Formats: sequence, C-alpha cells, structure tokens
Amino acid sequence: MVFRIRRLAMASVAVASATTLVAGCASGSGGSTSGADGNTLTLWTHNAGNSAELDVVKKIIKDFNGSQDKYEVKLQAFPQTDYNSSVVAAASARKLPCLLDVDGPNVANWAWGGYLDPIDVSGSEVPLTDQLESTVGRYKDKLYAFGFYDVSLAFFSRKSVLNAYDIRIPTMDKPWTKAEFDAALAKLKKSGKFDYPLEMGTGGTGEWWSYGYSPQLQSFGGDLIDRGDHKSASGTLDGKNSVEWGKWFSSLAAKGYIAKKSAADPNPDFLAGKSAIHWDGSWNAAKNADKFGDDLAILPPVDFGDGPKIGGASWQWAMSSSCSNKEGAQAWLKFSRQNKYFVDYAKATGTLPATEAASQQVEGYEPGGKFNVLVRFAREYAQVRPVTPAYPYISTEFEKAAKDLLAGADPEEALGQAAKNIDNNLKTNDYYSG
Amino acid sequence: MAAFLKRLGGQGARIVLALVFVLPLVFMVVSSFKPDDQIFGDLDSLRAFLPLGDVSLDNYTGVFERVPAARFLLNSVLISTITVVLGIIVNSLAAFALSRMRWPGRKLVLTAVIATLIVPFETFALPLVWWVNQLPLLRANGFQLEWTTGWMDTYQVQILPFVANAFSIFFFHQYFRSIPKELDEAAIVDGAGWFTIYRRIVMPLSAPAVATVAILTFLPAWNSYLWPLMVVQSEELRPVMVGISYFFQLNVGWGQIMAYSSMITVPILALFVAFQRAFVSSIASTGVKG
Repeated sequence: MVFRIRRLAMASVAVASATTLVAGCASGSGGSTSGADGNTLTLWTHNAGNSAELDVVKKIIKDFNGSQDKYEVKLQAFPQTDYNSSVVAAASARKLPCLLDVDGPNVANWAWGGYLDPIDVSGSEVPLTDQLESTVGRYKDKLYAFGFYDVSLAFFSRKSVLNAYDIRIPTMDKPWTKAEFDAALAKLKKSGKFDYPLEMGTGGTGEWWSYGYSPQLQSFGGDLIDRGDHKSASGTLDGKNSVEWGKWFSSLAAKGYIAKKSAADPNPDFLAGKSAIHWDGSWNAAKNADKFGDDLAILPPVDFGDGPKIGGASWQWAMSSSCSNKEGAQAWLKFSRQNKYFVDYAKATGTLPATEAASQQVEGYEPGGKFNVLVRFAREYAQVRPVTPAYPYISTEFEKAAKDLLAGADPEEALGQAAKNIDNNLKTNDYYSG
Repeated sequence: MAAFLKRLGGQGARIVLALVFVLPLVFMVVSSFKPDDQIFGDLDSLRAFLPLGDVSLDNYTGVFERVPAARFLLNSVLISTITVVLGIIVNSLAAFALSRMRWPGRKLVLTAVIATLIVPFETFALPLVWWVNQLPLLRANGFQLEWTTGWMDTYQVQILPFVANAFSIFFFHQYFRSIPKELDEAAIVDGAGWFTIYRRIVMPLSAPAVATVAILTFLPAWNSYLWPLMVVQSEELRPVMVGISYFFQLNVGWGQIMAYSSMITVPILALFVAFQRAFVSSIASTGVKG
C-alpha cells in the first residue's frame, strides 16, 4: 500500500512539475541563423491593423515576388504597440526574420545589440543621398536602415480662434517666442471657452514623450545627453537650460494650460473644439484639414531661444544579422527603393515622403501644397534623437522625469535623477562600447 | 422605521455598487453601436449609456474587416479550454497527492509550490522564451514526421507552460482538506486504490473547486497578451487579446475597439454566469480569495 501511495504521489507531483518545467528542461540548441527557409524570406512589419500602410508593404512584396523567381518574401505583421517586445524576444531565441522594420531611434540600439547587419543599397533606383537625413539609419558610420517617410510635428490651431483672441499667427520666418506663446495661452485660458487652451497629448505613452517634448527641451538649449561623446547626461539633461524647460513644462500643468493626462487619442478633443491649440504629428493633418478646411492653421514650433525644433526619424527597413539569406534580403531592400513606393507610402499614411521627388507627386505636399509646410518643418527643424545604443534607456528616463514634472516634481531634482540614472546605465554597460 | 431605513440604505449601497461595476460594461456595449464622433460627443451626458442617435452594426462589420476576429476567437477558445482541462487534471492530481497521502517531503513540496506564487511572470518571461525555443518538437512535413527544435509559433507554447499552476494546486489542496478522510479509509477497506479514490470520491465532491479553478485558469488564459506576443509570429495562431492592439494604430477606431471588446467579453461573462454559484460557494468554503 505504501508503495502505491508513493507511486501515485510521485507520479502526480511529477506530472505537475514536468508540465511546469516543460518549457525548461529539454536540451538542444537553437540554430544560429533564421528568417529564411532557403530562398523564402520572412519579413516583419509593425503594421497589423493598419491596413493603409500594410497594403503598401504587401504591394512591394507582391511586386518583388513577381519580378523574379529566385526569392519569395513572406509577410508577418505585428501590432505596433508591443512590436519591440516581439523583436527582442525573437532576438533572444535567434528567431528574427530576415527583413524587419525598426523605429528610427532604435536603430543604434538594435545594431549595437547585434540584431541588425549593415546593408548596402547602392545601385538602387533612389539614391540614399536623395533622402531626408532623418530617414537614414546609420550607426558608427555604417548604414543599417532606411525609411520611406518621416513625420513632422506642428502646432495645429484655427485661424478664427487665434484672430478672435488677437493672437498673432506665427510663420517660419517669425515663429512664436516663449513670451508670445505664454501670453497666448494665458489669453485662451482666461476666455474660459476651452477645457484646456493647449493639447500636448500627455495621455500618450512610450516614445511619444521623447519624440514630442525633447525638441522643446532642445529649443530651450538643453538636451537629453551630451552629444559630443554620448557618455554623460549630467550637466546636459539637468543643466541650466534643461531645468528652465522643466520649469516651463511643469508650469503648463500648474497653470491649467494643459491636462496632466489627456485622452489616449487627444485629436478628437481638438476637433471638437475642447482645446484651442494642439501639439501633434503630421499624421493628423489630413483629418484636421477635413474638419476645419481653410480655417486650419498649421503653425511652426515655438522658438524658446535656441530655434524651433521638432523630432526626426520614423519607421525604417533593416536586415537582421541572423538572416540566413542575406543576398535575398538585400535584393528585396534594393528593389523596394523605387520612387513609386516612396510616393505610395506617403499617400497611404499621410506622412512626409522621404525624397523631394516623391513630395512633388503627393497631393498637398508639393511646393505650395497645403501640407508642404510640414515638409519644410522636417527639413529645417528636425533633430534626430541621440544616435546611441543607450537611447531606449534615455527615452524611458526622460519619460519618467517629464511625467514627474507634470505631477509637480521639482525640475532640478527630477531631471537630476534622470541624468544620474542615465549615467549609471552608461557606466554599467561600459558606455555601450563594442 | 429604523429597520426600514437601514434596509433602504443597504439596498441603495448595493445598487450604487452594482452600477459602479455594470456601467463600464454598459458603456462599452452601447458605444460599440455608435460612430466615433458620437461616442466622444455623448461623453458629457447620460446618452453615453444609452443606444441613441446614429446606432448601427458598422463597428462590428469594421472589426471583421480589420482583424481576423473569428480566427482569434477560435484560437483563444481552443487555447483556454485545453489549458483549463489539462490544468484541472494536473493540478488536482498534484493537490490530491499533497493533501490526502502521507509521504516524506510533501510539506516541503507544498511550501515550494506556494513560494512560486510570489514570482511575477514578467521576471522570467524572456528566459522562458529562450527555454521553449530549445525544446524538441515533432512536426509534420508533408506525409512525414520529423523532429525539430523550438516551440516558437505553435499552439502548445501558449498552453503547456500554463497548465501547472501553483494557485490552483493550493486551492485544490485547501478544498480537498475539507473532505472527510474517513471516506478514503472506507474506500480503501472496500479495496479502492488511490486513483479510484481520487476519481470516484474526491473529484465528484469537489465540483465547486473545479468550477472555481476553471474560471481562475480560463481568465488569465483568455487575457494572455504578453506571452503570445513574444512567442507567436503567425497571425493564424494569435489569441484575442493580441487582436485588440491591432486597433491602436494611427487611426484609432474607438467604436471598433468597443465592438471587439464586447465580442471578447461575452464568453467570459457566460462562463462566470454558468459557474457563479459554485464559484462563490467554493471561495467561501476554502477561505481562499483569488
């Protein structure tokens, strides 16, 4: 009897343990290459659910597969929200596809992490030199990625609203100064006509915080890190100019000019007239124009002292280092660099074409077009986020500090802590050398 | 009079509490029939909870155009159901061994099982990805079966790591302890073995515990998001929760999100309503709150 008890007991617990450990106890090793089965290459994109952009990717794949009979590219689309998690998990399992898209600011990190290999697109229809610099992903002087489009940031407002409150409509020749902007917000707040005079999208998450607000920090003369050697944030992120930005940013919430946390998608509030001015991306330009027509004002960023600034770099295409068919991957990348695809992407997504030639062919973005000003912002004001493998960490720390500022934290302390954390991370990772 | 007022106050508090829980669901379902403009327009009034205005099934049509919703639903039903069935068998067997049998080290094993409850999944998710990618896999290649390595992008990688569950073992263990051991002894006298006792006596008397474990296993399996995102690349293998992030792209369709959310909430509600009575009674009898 004792034997039977033991046997069943051990068997029962063993079944549970085995099932728990089933993900862990077998031996073997994953392959060192992936992403292709012979000449069939896998391609990942962040566009699941975004049919506009996904359709262009599908079209390029279809055209490529039809243009030759050596290689075949197969698509796997992921939702954008956690696309990076999927890539990081696949990289740890050595299961990356051959071709994948990557958000511009992450190129350096993924290249440093060994996820990506340098690419060579010489001889393709559109030369690299024709592209907006922010659409080219380089790290340590090597080309790792390129994009078909960029996005631009702008203040969106209504001419009728600005005129009603006697607020000057700024131009690229004469953008708003800090004093003018603050005075405009005070007037709009005093009117009591808006839930908040300014919509900054503070309900956004992740990269939006660095993309949306670090250009304003830079316009104050501050920055996320010392770009000289990318080895320290102390003295820069918590320097005098950055602290000034912190005080101003914090005051926006304290004075009730912006919501401490706006809606996840604040554009409907702007369209409904709940806010007077909206700091937003070019991706909503067409929607705003549809609603307000000629009354829509697309305004340049404020010059806080160091010139108007916006962020640069959007999604780009790259090749994984573990790709088992790099020749095929390079062939697809080169094939895709045709002017018509630069045009298709911009038309489908409402983004800024990466080349001047494509801009001429996209309605609204051609010289004199109603959205051409966004292209000019990108050309004249765009500053890429620091090109360092530490960027994802820097971005996370900046997001935390900026959220603390809106919650009322002391700017010197919040930015000082972020700078200290970034420096520690750099030191821990041996300044991302290698 | 005082008793009446007390009862009235109690009823009022219950109604308020019920509204707090029900209104978000009502808002979700009602909004699923409205266009985005109207959803935001109605937010300032009670109309947000009423199916008034431009009401249609457009959002539901849109969901099926934007996402392979039927496939995702089918996958989630399959993954959650198998996880629940295997989970009930495996965890109840383990709990039976730990609670009804006397063998050296069982207290230590139980302690070790309970100790794993404090480790959050996120802390070992990435190492787990690495491990599952080392496992041998028998795969069909045409008419031949061949051994390969790595469970990535399969159904089993979404099921098997979640079958054995420390909370379920502990829950069954607590419930089994409330069943008189005299029943075991009587059965043994009649010649029953341990497996017969487990199958014929303990499990039939543990229906409330089974129902509770079924619900508590089904919920996380149904809500699974991070894990499938990391280990599943093919769209045809994805579960419903990954599907919801398809809508958070440049053009967020709030009405479609509400429609999709309504569709994926219905099975959960149905399950809870079906097992509600057993759920409450087993929670009360074990003194365990999930």
